[in-house]
Amino acid sequence: MPILTYLWIVPLLPLVGAAVNGIFGGRWPKNTISAVALSSTTLSFLAALEAVREFSGLSPEQIPWSKTYFPWISAGGFQANFALQVDQLTVIMLLVVTGVGWLIHIYSTGYMHEDPGYRRFFAYLNLFMFFMLLLILADNYLLMFVGWEGVGLCSYLLVGFFFLKQSATNAGNKAFWVNRVGDYGFLLGLFLMLRTFGSLDFSVVLPQAAKMSSDPAGHIGTLTAIALLLFVGAAGKSAQLPLYVWLPDAMEGPTPVSALIHAATMVTAGVYMVARSHAIFLNAPVAMQVVAVIGCITAIFAATIGLVQTDIKKVLAYSTVSQLGYMFLACGVGAFGAGIFHLMTHAFFKGLLFLAAGSVIHAMGGEQDMRNMGGLRKKIPVTFWCMLMATLAIAGAPGFSGFFSKDEILDEALRVSPILGWIGAIAAGLTSFYMFRLIFLTFFGAERYDEHHVHVHESPKNMTVPLIVLAVLSVCGGWMAAPQLVGGVNHFQHFLAPVLATGAEPAAAAAENSPSAGEVLQALFGAPVIAGLLGFFLAWWLYIKSPEAPKKLAASLSALYKLLYGKYFIDELYLAVIVRPLVWISNKVLWHAVDEGLIDGAVNGVAFVSRETGDRVRRTSTGNIRSYATWIILGVLVFTSLLLWMVG
Amino acid sequence: MVPTSYFLVLSAVLFGLGVIAFIFKRNILTVFMSIELMLNAVNLTFVTFSRSLGQLQGQVFVLFVIVVAAAEAAVGLAIIILIHRNRRTLDVENVDSLKD
Repeated sequence: MPILTYLWIVPLLPLVGAAVNGIFGGRWPKNTISAVALSSTTLSFLAALEAVREFSGLSPEQIPWSKTYFPWISAGGFQANFALQVDQLTVIMLLVVTGVGWLIHIYSTGYMHEDPGYRRFFAYLNLFMFFMLLLILADNYLLMFVGWEGVGLCSYLLVGFFFLKQSATNAGNKAFWVNRVGDYGFLLGLFLMLRTFGSLDFSVVLPQAAKMSSDPAGHIGTLTAIALLLFVGAAGKSAQLPLYVWLPDAMEGPTPVSALIHAATMVTAGVYMVARSHAIFLNAPVAMQVVAVIGCITAIFAATIGLVQTDIKKVLAYSTVSQLGYMFLACGVGAFGAGIFHLMTHAFFKGLLFLAAGSVIHAMGGEQDMRNMGGLRKKIPVTFWCMLMATLAIAGAPGFSGFFSKDEILDEALRVSPILGWIGAIAAGLTSFYMFRLIFLTFFGAERYDEHHVHVHESPKNMTVPLIVLAVLSVCGGWMAAPQLVGGVNHFQHFLAPVLATGAEPAAAAAENSPSAGEVLQALFGAPVIAGLLGFFLAWWLYIKSPEAPKKLAASLSALYKLLYGKYFIDELYLAVIVRPLVWISNKVLWHAVDEGLIDGAVNGVAFVSRETGDRVRRTSTGNIRSYATWIILGVLVFTSLLLWMVG
Repeated sequence: MVPTSYFLVLSAVLFGLGVIAFIFKRNILTVFMSIELMLNAVNLTFVTFSRSLGQLQGQVFVLFVIVVAAAEAAVGLAIIILIHRNRRTLDVENVDSLKD
């Protein structure tokens, strides 16, 4: 079992790529740099494939496959190892991260070709792959946290990649700071976990948590506290309310970064972490409710903002926030497998949507505003068809990957709480609407750009091939679950079952979940599909049939339109409630009062006192022998009398 | 036999005179002599206690003090001669260039 024994190879390869490019690549030509970056990710992908092949040969007792390489921290009773582990959940994440990451690396060689920061870009991108793989392969929460912070760092570096642009550096800082809030919760969760279980290893914590008696519903116990704190971390990383604000701004980064980090991999780390900790969450009903409600609200909240955005990447960003909300909704209703399933299909179709959007932007020479596009269907057919596939997938058209995953989530949500399920279904309709709006505005209708200045051209091969591969995955990625519709086995859930079935509940749910023919029809024409169709027709009617209608609609509902267009003014609210007071306190209190007044004052005060004292005392040194003698004698008298007084 | 206290009183008086002379006289030579006076007052105390306690250490100390005083006198007088050569004065009020 070579690769499974030397599992560290998988994350190490991208790190080597990053180091080689970062340290030695200064004068190398672009081809050499991309060769280094691509070979490291390709090898890493191949190693991951080989690891998965070997993994499939393991007997169930050997899973989770865990390998300790060296003790990392050993302090008192606490022990954290540098150890990697593989189980079915890791396998899914491993394939998604290395596979999609590899495709996006290929795409980037084309997209970033004209950029002067070529080397820096690939060094960061490889570094990101390293940390992401560390995050998913880690065998304890602490090592996971290292990867967690590392991807946050790379996200910051890549969002602020165009650092000469003020808005880009601001967006990078915002991403970093908002994530800091989430990471703080995560860290507190880890402390509480360490205190409760005495370890951070998955193999110690999770079985113990599963065995602990469940916190009674409506009560906040230790498990609920841990789960909620972990969820704060997840909400930060995965852009859930109220910490989602950084993700739309993160679109300042290069488009491949948006695809890789802010759609396919990093932002799903929160979902992965919650699914990984399902043993804790399942015994904490309050936390589960919070996760479900936050996820559901985020899903519909972000979807409504996405309805009116005009920047093509912003629409996709809000769509990502919304889809992440779906994943948390799934986790919150106990359908962790469905959440991970949607994570995977989302990685395919949202990665593709971003890459295709990048291809559109590339074709338009940097234009991102959809109001200045239109009619691109004939000019860039490959991009169009790929993007259409992804749109059908995300809108949940029957047969496409998003259909299966979203359907499963809404099905589970409806089972647990009809309200959540129906809100989710409405959000699905909104998703369909804004995605087709994007398609219609970009690829259909009149050409609203200046043909003399914009030379629209299809992207080169190294950009279109990844698009096509991802398009195939977006279509077929969900077929593993297809047999379920006709009463068969959901292969995806079946595969994940050993990891996620520690609680008795999912197994029972799976047992009762053997649909009859009627249920198949219900699934095919269930609420999500109907909502999706409604969204499609509304978009078609507004943007194809009568293109003047949107303006009239915006005018007649101007208050609502402004609210949505202004993104509910959440950024302004945060600015007024959090940022401004913080800046004021830092400036007036911490800087001027505490630092300048108290700390500098103390230092300067000590110096002043010594100087003044010295100045006074200096005058006693007259050079006059007789005065010295007088002092000496007085001193002798004083000490002698003291001595006598004390002895007597 | 003369009581011990007589010697001690004499020694204290001699020491006091030395101190007063040290403070109030302006001539360096006189000041110097007042130091010698104080030293000898102390010597007298040493031998007094040596006699009253019947121990020899006090007398040994006195010998040491005399030796040191002799050396001090040699060095001190040399300094005084140099001061006089350079400044043409022996008034301590005028010898205060070590201040500050």
